[in-house]
Amino acid sequence: MPRISHWIVRRLSHLDGILLTLVLVLLGISLAVVASASGQSPARISGHLINIGLALGVMVVMANVPPHLLSKVGPPLFFAGVVLLIGVALFGEVRNGARRWLNLGFVAFQPSELMKLALPLMLAWYFQRNEGLLRAKHFLSGGVMLLLPFLLILRQPDLGTALMIGASGFYLLFFAGLPWKVILGGGILGGASLPVMWGLMHDYQQRRVLTLLDPSSDPLGAGYHIIQSTIAIGSGGLFGKGWMQGTQNQLDFIPERTTDFVFAVFGEEFGFVGAIFLVGLYLAIVARGLVIAARAPTLFGRLMAATLSLNLFTYVFVNMGMVSGILPVVGVPLPLMSYGGTALITLLLGMGILMSVATHRQLNKS
Amino acid sequence: MNLATPLKNLDRELARFHRRLKVGAAFVALLAIALLARAYYLQIVQHEHYIQRAESNRISRVPTTPNRGLILDRNGRILAENYSAYTLELTRAQTENLEATLAEVGKLIEITPGQLRRFRRLLAESHEFETVPLKSRLTDEEVAVLAANRYRLPGVEVKARLFRNYQAGPGMAHVLGFIGRINDGDLKRLREDGREQNYKGSAYIGKTGLEQSYETLLHGRTGFDQMETDASGRAVRMLSRIPPVPGRDLRLHLDVELQAVAEHAFGDYLGGLVALDPRTGGVLALVSKPGFDPNLFVDGIDPETWKLLNESPERPMVNRVLRGIYPPGSTIKPFMALAGLELGLRKPADTIVDPGFYSLPNSRHQFRDWKRGGHGVVDLRRSISQSCDVYYYRLAVDMGIDRMHDYLAQFGLGEKTGIDLDGESSGLLPSRDWKQRRFKQPWYPGETVIAGIGQGYLLTTPLQLATAAAILANGGERVEPRLVQAVRDPLAHTWQPLPGGVRGQMAIAPANLAVVRQGMMDVMRPGGTAARSAAGAPYTIAGKTGTAQVVGIKQGARYEASRLSRQYRDHALFIAYAPAENPTIVVAVMVENGGHGGSTAAPIARAVFDYYLTGKRPGELKLEVESAAD
Repeated sequence: MPRISHWIVRRLSHLDGILLTLVLVLLGISLAVVASASGQSPARISGHLINIGLALGVMVVMANVPPHLLSKVGPPLFFAGVVLLIGVALFGEVRNGARRWLNLGFVAFQPSELMKLALPLMLAWYFQRNEGLLRAKHFLSGGVMLLLPFLLILRQPDLGTALMIGASGFYLLFFAGLPWKVILGGGILGGASLPVMWGLMHDYQQRRVLTLLDPSSDPLGAGYHIIQSTIAIGSGGLFGKGWMQGTQNQLDFIPERTTDFVFAVFGEEFGFVGAIFLVGLYLAIVARGLVIAARAPTLFGRLMAATLSLNLFTYVFVNMGMVSGILPVVGVPLPLMSYGGTALITLLLGMGILMSVATHRQLNKS
Repeated sequence: MNLATPLKNLDRELARFHRRLKVGAAFVALLAIALLARAYYLQIVQHEHYIQRAESNRISRVPTTPNRGLILDRNGRILAENYSAYTLELTRAQTENLEATLAEVGKLIEITPGQLRRFRRLLAESHEFETVPLKSRLTDEEVAVLAANRYRLPGVEVKARLFRNYQAGPGMAHVLGFIGRINDGDLKRLREDGREQNYKGSAYIGKTGLEQSYETLLHGRTGFDQMETDASGRAVRMLSRIPPVPGRDLRLHLDVELQAVAEHAFGDYLGGLVALDPRTGGVLALVSKPGFDPNLFVDGIDPETWKLLNESPERPMVNRVLRGIYPPGSTIKPFMALAGLELGLRKPADTIVDPGFYSLPNSRHQFRDWKRGGHGVVDLRRSISQSCDVYYYRLAVDMGIDRMHDYLAQFGLGEKTGIDLDGESSGLLPSRDWKQRRFKQPWYPGETVIAGIGQGYLLTTPLQLATAAAILANGGERVEPRLVQAVRDPLAHTWQPLPGGVRGQMAIAPANLAVVRQGMMDVMRPGGTAARSAAGAPYTIAGKTGTAQVVGIKQGARYEASRLSRQYRDHALFIAYAPAENPTIVVAVMVENGGHGGSTAAPIARAVFDYYLTGKRPGELKLEVESAAD
C-alpha cells in the first residue's frame, strides 16, 4: 500500500499547482453555467461531470509523459494525420455540405481534430532537432508542414478549423524565430489577397461574414444567433441578472447555449464584472503558460508551452468574439467552459503537456 | 566543425525566444482588451438598448377577444347571438404540402365541395401566416378524429371559437345584416380610424345592417394578456392582464313577431315595408323581400352561393326599404294637399270639376286621370279619398315645381332619413335648379304636372314615405327612424336608452292638418280607395294608396295589368297610420309589381295594424324565436 500511494503522489507531483487551480476554478464556473443553461438537466450536468473527469485524467497522464518522449510522437502523429486528411479528401463522408468526416467502420471522426495537436508537435520536434542551426530553409520546410494540413482542411471545406490550425502552426514558427520581415511581408500579402480570398470563399462562408457586418439583415436566419447572443450579453449589464435568472437563457432565446454560445449565458447572468473575471482567468492561464515556456529547459518544451498558451487564448478570443458579434460564426467552443467531451479532452491534454514541460525541468537536466 | 557557432546560436535563439514571448504576451493582452472593450460596449454603453430588446423578446401581448354583443328585439327575443363551436382551421405557412394536407383531412372527415371552394377563396384573400377556416361546427366525432391525427398534419388545428348565429331567419337579414371575416379593406379602414389595436385577435367585423352600423358598440374592447413567452412563442406564465370589455347588447324597437306577420302578409310578392312608432321614430318592423340567410356570410360564403345571391334578378341583397327608390305615386297627394293649404293656394272647400283629363294652357296634350271619365266635382278631402289626379295636376301647376320642392323637402323627401343603418338612399326631390345642374336643361311645365301625382323625376324610398307619414301622424314633429332603442352596459348590466333623433317641429296650421288627416281617413271608409282593407277593423286607419308606373303608357293607350307580364306591372304603394285619432304606428308598404295600392299594399298594412293594435295574427303563422334569459 505505501508503494501505491507513493506512486500516486509521484504522478500527481507532475501537476502544476497554479495551472491546476486555475483550470479547476474555470471548470467549476463551467459546471454552474452549463447547469443554468441546460435548465438544470441532470443528463447534461452528469455528462459534463464525466467529461471533466475523463479530461482531468488525460491531463494527469500527459503531465507524466516526459517532453522528450512526447516529441518523438510528433512525426508519426503528423504523418498519420496527413494521410487521414488525404483519406478524407478521397473517401470522406459529406455532412452539411462539407467533407470532414472519416468513417473507419467502427467510428467516424474528423482527422482535422488530430491535426490540432499533431502540427505543433511535429514542428516543435523539427525545430528541436535543428536547434542552434536554424536557417531560412528550416522555416521554409516548417511552412510547408503548416500549409499541407491547412490546405487539406481548407478544401473540405472548413475555414474555421483551417485558420485555427494555421494559427497554431504560425505561433510555433513565430516562437521558433520566424524573421519579422517574413511575418510583415506575409501580412501585407495576406491583406492584399483578401479580395481574392473572398472570391474563393463558399457561399455560406461569405454569408457568415456578411451576417457579422449586419446581423439584422437576416434576423431569422444566420443573424439570429448573433442577435440573440448580443442581446443576452448586453442585457446582463454590469453585474448580470444572476445565476439561473437570465431570461434570454431560460426562455430558449440563446442558441447552442451549453456549447458554442455558453459565453452568452455567462455574460447575461454574471454581467461585465463576470466577463472581466473570466477573461482574467484565461489571462492567468496564458501568463502561467508563458512563464513555463520561459523556464523550459528544451526548445521543444519552450515552443510547445508558448504555442499551447497562445493557442488557448486564440480559441477564447474567437469564441467570445463570435458570441459577442465581432467575429463571424465559426464552430469554436469556449475553452474549459463549453459542454463537449472532445474539445475538453483536447484542451486538458494540452494543459497536461504544459504541466509536463513545467515539471520535467529537473529530470531533464539530470 | 565549429562548436562555438551552435552554442552562440543557442544563446541568441534563447534571447530571441524570450523577446518573442513578450510579443506573444502583448498580443494576448491586446486580444483581451478587444474582448473586454466589446463586453463594455454591450453591457455598459448599450445596456439599456439590450435590456429592452430582451424584454420585448420575453414579453408578448396576447389579445383576448371580447364577446360580441347580442341583438334582441323589443321583447327580449334573441335575433343575433354567439355560440361556441369547434372549427377546423389551416395555416398555409405551416403545412408542408397544402394539397396533400387537404386530401388527408378529406379522408378523415367529410369536406363538401362548397366548403372547399369557400376555403380556397378565403385562402386567396389571406396572408400565408393567417389561419383560414375549412369547416366549422364540427361534431364531437370529427373533433376526436382530427385530434387523434393532428400530429401528422402540421398546420391543421381544431379551435374553439365563438360563432354568430342569426336564428330569426332571412326576414331579419336586412335589419341585422351580418358579420364576416375582416378583409384587407376592413383592415385599412380600421387602421385609418386608429381602431386597429382593438381588433388584434378579432377575426370578424360587421359588414352590413346593424352589425355594421353598431360595430363599435357590439364589438367591445379587446383585452390584453402580458405573457412571458419562450423563443418558440410558447407562453410560460402570465405577467399581467387587461380583461376584455364585452360588446354591448342592443335592444331594438322592432318586434320580431310583427316583422314575421308583415313578411307573411306579403305572400309571394316582393317589396318593402316599414312600420314606425310616430312618437319616437322607433322602427317596429322593417321588411325587404326577398331576404337571404345571413348565416351564409358569417364564415365566408362560397363563391357559387354568392353569385346566385348577387346575380339574382330579384336582388335579395338590396334593402328595398332603405335603398329601393320608386316614384311615390299617389301617396304624395296628402303632402301636396297640405302644401296647397299651407301655401294658401287651396281652401278645403274649393272644388274642381274633373273631366277625366287635364291640359296645360295652349297645349293639346292630355294628362289623364286614372279614372276614365273623371271624378266629377272634387274638394280637397275627396281628392285624397278618391285619389283624384286632375285635382293635383292643377294644384302642382298653381304651386310650381320650386315651391313644391321646398315644401316637400320639409317632410324629408330628397334627403336621408338618418336611420341607424348605413347605405340609405336619399331619393330624388326635383327642382328647376336640380334639373339645370343635372341635365343642363330648363324645367318643362309638363314635368310639374306629373310631379303633382308623384310621377316623373320624383323618387322616394319606402322609409322616406313612412317618416313623412309619421309627421302627419304626430302633428308635425319630425323624428328620425331608429332601430335600436337601448344598449346594455356589459358590466353594469343595465339598459341605457338611446334617444331617438328629432329634427324639429314643422309649423302646420292644425286646421289644415286636420283636413288632410280626415281625407286620409276617408280613404279607408266606404267609397275610399282602400275601404276594403279597413273593413271590420276595431280601430280607425288613415291611409293613402299609390300606384307607381314601371313602364310609360302611350298617349291614348290604356294600362291593362292583365296584358303586361308581371315584371312590368305597376308597383303598389300604401302609407297609413293608426289609430287615426291617436296614432301609435305608421306603415309604408311598397309591393313590387303589385298593381293597385288599394288591393295589394293596403291589406299588408292592415295585417300589421291588426297584430300591433289587437294582437291578432294569421292563423297559419308560426314563429320560433327563443327569448333571452335576462
